[in-house]
Amino acid sequence: MRRILRGAAIPVAIVLLWEAGSRAGLLPMDTLSRPSDVAVALVRAFADGSILRSTWQTVEAALSGFAIAAAAGILVGVILGLAPLLERTVAPSIEALRPVPAVALTPLTLLLFGFGLRMEAAVVAFACLWPILLVTVAAVRGIEPRLLEVAQALRLSFASRLRKIILPAAAGRIVVGLRVALSISLIVAVTVEIVMNPRGLGYGMIVAAQSLKPDLMYAQLLWLGFLGWALNALLSRAFGRWHGAFGPGVRP
Amino acid sequence: MKRWAQPAAAALFAAALLLLWQVLAERQFISPVFFPSPSRTLAELYREVAQGQIWAPLEATAYRMFCGWALASLAGVLLGAAIGFSRAARDYLEPLLDFMRPLPASAMVPVAILFFGFSNAMTIAVIAFGAVWPVLLGSLHGFVSIEPQLADVAAVLKLPRAQAFAKIAVPNALPDVLAGARVGLAISLILAVVTEMQASQTGLGQNILLAQRSFRSPELYAGVVTLGIMGFAINHAIVLLERRLLRWRGAPA
Repeated sequence: MRRILRGAAIPVAIVLLWEAGSRAGLLPMDTLSRPSDVAVALVRAFADGSILRSTWQTVEAALSGFAIAAAAGILVGVILGLAPLLERTVAPSIEALRPVPAVALTPLTLLLFGFGLRMEAAVVAFACLWPILLVTVAAVRGIEPRLLEVAQALRLSFASRLRKIILPAAAGRIVVGLRVALSISLIVAVTVEIVMNPRGLGYGMIVAAQSLKPDLMYAQLLWLGFLGWALNALLSRAFGRWHGAFGPGVRP
Repeated sequence: MKRWAQPAAAALFAAALLLLWQVLAERQFISPVFFPSPSRTLAELYREVAQGQIWAPLEATAYRMFCGWALASLAGVLLGAAIGFSRAARDYLEPLLDFMRPLPASAMVPVAILFFGFSNAMTIAVIAFGAVWPVLLGSLHGFVSIEPQLADVAAVLKLPRAQAFAKIAVPNALPDVLAGARVGLAISLILAVVTEMQASQTGLGQNILLAQRSFRSPELYAGVVTLGIMGFAINHAIVLLERRLLRWRGAPA
């Protein structure tokens, strides 16, 4: 109980001081707005559905990019994880591509796809690919060798070896990479919208700021913070369960 | 297998990729507007270096990146140490920080523009906001995870709190802090590029954007390559620094 009170102390104090300061005319309304106006703007944005529409646009792009990266990352990762020689041959090329900031590719994807969902998803996919790929390679390489020997002794075909041994054994660690990538996907999607793509929550914030509606901008910022927080909370919970099911338990 | 065979194969693979790209672009199988051949990109990069055009934007980007990163690292270490050492500070700050952490740093760009206008201060504020988290978490972990035996030693020796902090807590936290700072520096570079693109500040990010708007794609690629090299170089610089500062730990962990 005391922890909750202490945790609420600073946010509540900020909101109260902010409201009082702007009512007393001490704070500039054109940059800071005031909490009550922000609350009204948030309610209004929900009422006319605009914030839900832009949230869906952002989430859609984030998830599409994430799905592409997950499919490509796991596929290539499993192949490279099973073939160490190939992996060492390709690794330096991967290491050369990886430090390129994903956002630096937005102009390029704009050339290729034009504005819209596809360019945003492409940038998200580039950013999400690396954590998934690297974790998958490490996970597949970390599979207990005896499991693979069993598969060989049973003369499993490659497809059933993949389905019955490799993927279940590596899943626990691959999920870690997927989790990291999922948080990245939302951040990159918003970033692309802020930088240039005219859709989604990021663009909504820019428009609100440029049309001098700071209350709407802060409302969207709050909503975005809530989304990120909820996603993280959800992932920690789901991730905990995954780890229980596929973690150390599968070891022979 | 001979020792040089593996690096040679890796180099060959990279060369083959570039060659394939070169041929496809020259034969116009892929549009040279979108994918200019590597040789044109390299020629553009060489021209920029030779004529010295590259240094001003490179310097502007690096300057912002380092200022924001330094600010973030300082704030991160102090906050992490405070939260790690004091139960009360943790209770007061944790929920607020938990809410702010998943917020995309780029979402702070419009807010920062309202406060600071289109200036270096705006950029640095955004970078600091984004890069503070890995350092903060690293430092928090480092200060919390002190080995109980070491704490006992400090108690037995009756070390004053300040000395226990300097001799036990700081060396214990240093590896985590440095690891966090490394991640933070990578984030700083990304955010420097983002803010330059959004807020038209001179720098590598803006150069890439301008190149795209006028369809000068070799220049666009040259900019992306420069950023890649920069990211690679700063990462390695910090790894070297880590090795130097953590020599006392013996074998690298």
